[in-house]
Amino acid sequence: MKRVILPTALLCLAATSGIALAQEQAPRPPASTLTAPKGASQPVDARGFIHRWLVLEPVPVQGRLTETAVQEALKVAALPDAGDALPKDGDTAVANGATLRWHALDTSHYNVNLYHFAWALSKPTSNVLFWVVTTVEAPRDMSNVRLAIGSNAASRWWLNGQPVIALNDDRQAVIDDGVSPRVTLHRGRNVIRAAIINGGGATDFCARFLDENDQPLPGLTVSLQPGQ
Amino acid sequence: MLRNVLLYAALACALPVHALDGDIVIHDPSTVIFQGGRYYTYGTGNGLPILSSEDGWTWHRSGSLMSAVAGGKPGAEVLAKGGNNTWAPDIIHIGDKFFLYYSAPGTQPKSAIGLLVGRTLDPQSPEFKWEDGGPVVWSDGIEDSNAIDPGVLLDPDGRLWLTYGSYFGYIRLVELDPKTGQRRNQSAPVNVAINSEASILIYREGWYYLLVTHGSCCQGANSTYNIRMGRSRKVTGPYLDNMGVDMIQGGGKLFAASRGRHVGPGHFGLLDLGQGVQKFSLHYEADLDRGGVSVLDIRPLLWRDGWPIAGNNFAAGVYTLESARTGTVLELAVQGFPVGGFRQRRGGPPGSGIVGSGPPGGAQPPAGPPPEPQMGAPIADQDPSQVASNWPGTTAVRLAPAMLQAQQKWLIAPVSGAGGYPGAPFFRITIAGTERSLTATQDGELSATPFTGAAEQLWRIDQLTDGSYRIGPKAVPGTNESWVLSAVGSSMPTLSKFDPASDRQRWLLGAP
Repeated sequence: MKRVILPTALLCLAATSGIALAQEQAPRPPASTLTAPKGASQPVDARGFIHRWLVLEPVPVQGRLTETAVQEALKVAALPDAGDALPKDGDTAVANGATLRWHALDTSHYNVNLYHFAWALSKPTSNVLFWVVTTVEAPRDMSNVRLAIGSNAASRWWLNGQPVIALNDDRQAVIDDGVSPRVTLHRGRNVIRAAIINGGGATDFCARFLDENDQPLPGLTVSLQPGQ
Repeated sequence: MLRNVLLYAALACALPVHALDGDIVIHDPSTVIFQGGRYYTYGTGNGLPILSSEDGWTWHRSGSLMSAVAGGKPGAEVLAKGGNNTWAPDIIHIGDKFFLYYSAPGTQPKSAIGLLVGRTLDPQSPEFKWEDGGPVVWSDGIEDSNAIDPGVLLDPDGRLWLTYGSYFGYIRLVELDPKTGQRRNQSAPVNVAINSEASILIYREGWYYLLVTHGSCCQGANSTYNIRMGRSRKVTGPYLDNMGVDMIQGGGKLFAASRGRHVGPGHFGLLDLGQGVQKFSLHYEADLDRGGVSVLDIRPLLWRDGWPIAGNNFAAGVYTLESARTGTVLELAVQGFPVGGFRQRRGGPPGSGIVGSGPPGGAQPPAGPPPEPQMGAPIADQDPSQVASNWPGTTAVRLAPAMLQAQQKWLIAPVSGAGGYPGAPFFRITIAGTERSLTATQDGELSATPFTGAAEQLWRIDQLTDGSYRIGPKAVPGTNESWVLSAVGSSMPTLSKFDPASDRQRWLLGAP
């Protein structure tokens, strides 16, 4: 069972209403592991992890973690079909009645800490769905590779529009927890989209590609350039 | 559900662990050897009868070896040193030659071990000829030796060794010339064991293991044959058992004894299939499922704490397939339901009376003493009929934490008439209570589809020397690669090339 651990600051807020209100309204410090991207592109790291993502502010959903509940959450939180086009940092989108903003981020860790991301924006971290998207540039056609992800909690992943991974239940973000069937990365731009659904507590994800021997796939670069 | 439970039980009972298939009546089989797409073994009897098999599972009689020897019988010197019986051969392949050693006893313990040299094992080949190499060792009927039951080993240094002997005296060791198969010198043999026969050496990681057969043969189900062993750092011994008793003083750690429907195992032979799969051949003095005759078997060879372990042939039944890499189990990719139904997530265990919890500052705890915890009634096993109504006909498969749910319980059963591989038939792997069978797909992935008996639904299950299993389809559509079931991540099963150094393709099969 995932345990819900409330930060000390939140507990204080709940207990001391006057001071808490003032703190609630004050800007929170940014997530320490997430920064604005520097440079037009970034290689995957030595272990193949993708560090650059566009993340939409969390969409409120029920946060139940079964196959049918995840399917329902995806319907509720659906975004207008943008094809292969990527949003830009600062673009907004409407999902489940909420107007939400896209954030371009580099993570200093192998994973993207969505809890830190949302908390720093004073957004909910429980019962939410996060849309994330990025593109990887492949130097050539690369067949028999696999997208390998970890997510807390459930997640669905698409590569170039095709569904490739579905994790439906409560889980921690374990490296290579969910792995796609063999896929081909096309020379040039390949789009990864994902939805991470969290019930409560911590939430994060990581992603990389594996070669046909299950080793990290080198030679990929990541960019958030809008789709051509 | 009871109907299915009975079905599974009846199926398991109806599918005994057979010793191979086909014509497998044999006594004192040689080491099983492979050449030109066939497996061969040779046994005691007129002319040294041959059994052969294309797949190692279904065996056929294939004539006799002496039919390809000039004169059709042992050479004159063998007859003179021993006698005109032909018993208990062993065979080894070195370079372009096969050396076959056989027992030629007269009135025991007067006996000789003869050598035959051939270049092909295929009785249909025009090259199928065996040359008499004369006697290699013999016993004169007076000395403490009975020169029968040869066993040969080519050690990692390229030295060839022969052990032989039976209850009249010692089990003896001599060195042979790997170029000719003849005895290398005429120095005195080394005595290495007593009170046994059917000796043979194997080598592994710096140890020589001497396997012998104790007890009595040739009395059907009244035979006391059992295989025992000792080990030594030096080929010349001493061979000590697990309690430190020298085999020359009667020691011997038990390797295989009578079990199930098979009485009197004897005549060990190593069949190393490579990549971490070892098997051993033997005969049973009596197979109770075949009228109590002596038959050939091939079983998994396992290793534990530096000793070989006689593995058992895989038995049909309902299993979970747990990845040694991830600890997760193979399941249909369907929404699971908890055994016994859903329960409230938070709170105490069922029956505790604790119905909720939450962050500090919530409701006051109930007054009075804590409720007395109570156990509930047993919860029945989950059956597909309870949960499978919405399962699609063709389903993806995945890995998930073991939860004893219906989509995680696989019935593994042999497929009659589908052939097999050394020591076992092909199996189907089907969700118990359904027809959804594990299937290799065109792209080297997996699904569960209705069983048709196609090659991509027939599975080879080999037990590796560490006791885990390697599981692979008979064929993967669209490729000639021999791929096996692999865990590529915590949640993803696939098919890929076997890597003996990795846990990716190792599976633990247990009762759910």
